[in-house]
Amino acid sequence: MKIDIKRDVQTVSYELACEDLTLLELLNHIKTGIDSSLSFSSGCRSGICGSCAVRVNGKEVLACAYKPQDGDFIEPLRYASVLRDLVVDMDKVLVFNKIAKAWGLPTSKNLNVSQKDAEINELQSDCILCGACYSACPVYTVNPEFIGPFALTRAWKYVSDVRETDITQTISAVQTKGIYDCTLCNECVPVCPQGIAPKQDIVMLRNKSGVMGYMDPNFASSFGGFDSGLIF
Amino acid sequence: MVDVLVIGAGGAGLVAALSAKESGVSVKVLTKSYPTRSQTCMAQGGINAALGNVSEDSVKSHYENTLKSAHGIANKKMIEKLCSEGIEAVKWLDSIGMPFSRTKEGNIAQRRLGGASAPRACYAQDYTGLKILHTLYDQCNANDIEMLSERFLLELLVENGVVIGVEVLNIKTGEVEQHLAKCVILATGGYSRIYGKNSTNTVGSTGDGIAAAYRVGASLSDMEFVQFHPTGLKNSSILISESARGEGGYLLNKEGKRFTDELAPRDKVSRAIYEEIEKSGEVTIDIRHLGKEFISHNLPQECKLAKLYENVDPVFELVPIKPVAHYTMGGIDVDEAAQTNIQGLFAAGECANQKVHGANRLGGNSLLELIVFGREAGKNAAKLAKENLLTSTEHFACKQSERETYALDLLIRSTCKVDFYKKRDELAEQFYKNVGIKRDKVKLSTALEYLQSLKEEIPLMGVRDTNKLYNTELVEFLEFKNIVALAEMIVSGALQREESRGSHYREDMPSENKAFEKNTIYYKNGEKLCVQLMR
Repeated sequence: MKIDIKRDVQTVSYELACEDLTLLELLNHIKTGIDSSLSFSSGCRSGICGSCAVRVNGKEVLACAYKPQDGDFIEPLRYASVLRDLVVDMDKVLVFNKIAKAWGLPTSKNLNVSQKDAEINELQSDCILCGACYSACPVYTVNPEFIGPFALTRAWKYVSDVRETDITQTISAVQTKGIYDCTLCNECVPVCPQGIAPKQDIVMLRNKSGVMGYMDPNFASSFGGFDSGLIF
Repeated sequence: MVDVLVIGAGGAGLVAALSAKESGVSVKVLTKSYPTRSQTCMAQGGINAALGNVSEDSVKSHYENTLKSAHGIANKKMIEKLCSEGIEAVKWLDSIGMPFSRTKEGNIAQRRLGGASAPRACYAQDYTGLKILHTLYDQCNANDIEMLSERFLLELLVENGVVIGVEVLNIKTGEVEQHLAKCVILATGGYSRIYGKNSTNTVGSTGDGIAAAYRVGASLSDMEFVQFHPTGLKNSSILISESARGEGGYLLNKEGKRFTDELAPRDKVSRAIYEEIEKSGEVTIDIRHLGKEFISHNLPQECKLAKLYENVDPVFELVPIKPVAHYTMGGIDVDEAAQTNIQGLFAAGECANQKVHGANRLGGNSLLELIVFGREAGKNAAKLAKENLLTSTEHFACKQSERETYALDLLIRSTCKVDFYKKRDELAEQFYKNVGIKRDKVKLSTALEYLQSLKEEIPLMGVRDTNKLYNTELVEFLEFKNIVALAEMIVSGALQREESRGSHYREDMPSENKAFEKNTIYYKNGEKLCVQLMR
């Protein structure tokens, strides 16, 4: 089997006689047996630590959860700066969690939560911060400050939590460069290894914002433009 | 200079940071990876607290179960603290948004794990560790705690017996950095990766903090106690959570017959499986009777991983398993305030030995330990930092740095006559076979001899990759050296402990011996390792 790996500006091909291995096992095989300078990130080998997301033939996967096919082209995640080979700098990516103020405020409220209410954000809290959705999101090609899918899912996780007593700071934080900058193109959904649908969560945040009296700035400006354009 | 510097950003590290920050001091966290990528995210089963949400339970029962599993070498006072503060710890997690699974009544759901007299482990599907870790990470963001990623711990800086900071390799740049602090908290995790591919752990569980602490004179304890999880996947060692048995899964031998009590403590179940594999060649776990709906809702990870790594669907098929290294009870010896024998140096989580697990840890107690003792370390380090007026240590530290940079250059310029990757696998096999589930004098002596020759070969090993930037081969070599140092301790301790106790099982001495109801202490005398039994 042949796989191609993007390494800096060049693409390196590896001929391998391995069957039924995950991509991560294959990368380890290359590193420990063929070329020790190949750089990639890994951790748990079981799809839970979010270290090993890469792109295969233009689609984001976890290396530990993907079995390579002959001719696959492996490259690092998009948008984040490449540190070396398949390793990207996630610090600048993870900062969106902070910008979105995606956290809970400690509460002493009665913490009885029905099974139904617990299900509301069960899936959102499965997120492993692997960055797959970030790399898949086309908005970043034009708008590098977009808060983006994983951070907005995280924001919705807390906003939708019945235990939260005050969600205004999070809702307010995602208004600018946030929920309205998403084009709802759905690219983030199929790449999520946990089956989360950030697009859905962004729609939910928009609805919640509307209920709380926030306005879609795009809608407001187009409406304003329309209004001022009327000359009778 | 920061007041409290935390090394490691798993559960214990983040709790310690939050707790120190709450005490009003400045805090910085360094991690060799990223905050949400630590071993904590792999914990599945749950976090123990005697809430009694499902059936009657009490702190006393939790205490008794933990004490029994510890086999006489735990600190009763610390177990008491762990169990009584457990309830408040879980409530705290609940208050900061931890998405626990719920009972029909809307309370935190609990399930029974091995060795527990009641359903005590609070859980979030089989994502308990993941969700606790991410909730803590979000709280660190909320509290504006500085977290620096990709910093590998090289050395602790100690002056006149007092810790003054650390020296780390910035993996991204390849530069050596100094971070000075009034107090340092080590929360760097365990050392199960000595067993390599026969371990459930992330590739980073290489005991870096424990090895670094030992190098500067900290005492370690009970290093010979390594817990084997009964059910790792046969090919990949990936964990099938204890909850699979807790919820009613069966262990079957080759003939498809049950051969042991699935809910006995982990050491007993692991031994039974190991013996069965030796005898008949195969053991599987059967959860088919739990039903598709139950499995996909309560054990989603298990299901996914069994399909990926073993090509079997647990809803319809038996899953092949083997016992694998899972948790290391030993670690940096700490007092009741979580401080080591070096002033200002604290330790919490799996890298520390707070003596609550003794010879064998109960499932659900390690996540709890992170919260209870992470908090203790953070609080006490903050208190000491406030009292400590020490400020000018820059001069000494600079000299130290030059030495380290030199050492790194040496590594990269070294010849590579012996491949350390091969040796790493060899050591792992050696350990699984001879320092694993069943030990005896002959096996242990073989392993010790192997280690002596391995140590002599280290100068012949090195890093072939000479690029300074993001050199993972260099990081892995540094980890390997830590592993080798700790390996010698495990074997020496296991040889001296001429009895069987908890996870340490000697076939040549299969019963517990009162004379050994002591902790094994490890310390450095010059360059020599000293191992001593102490009460």
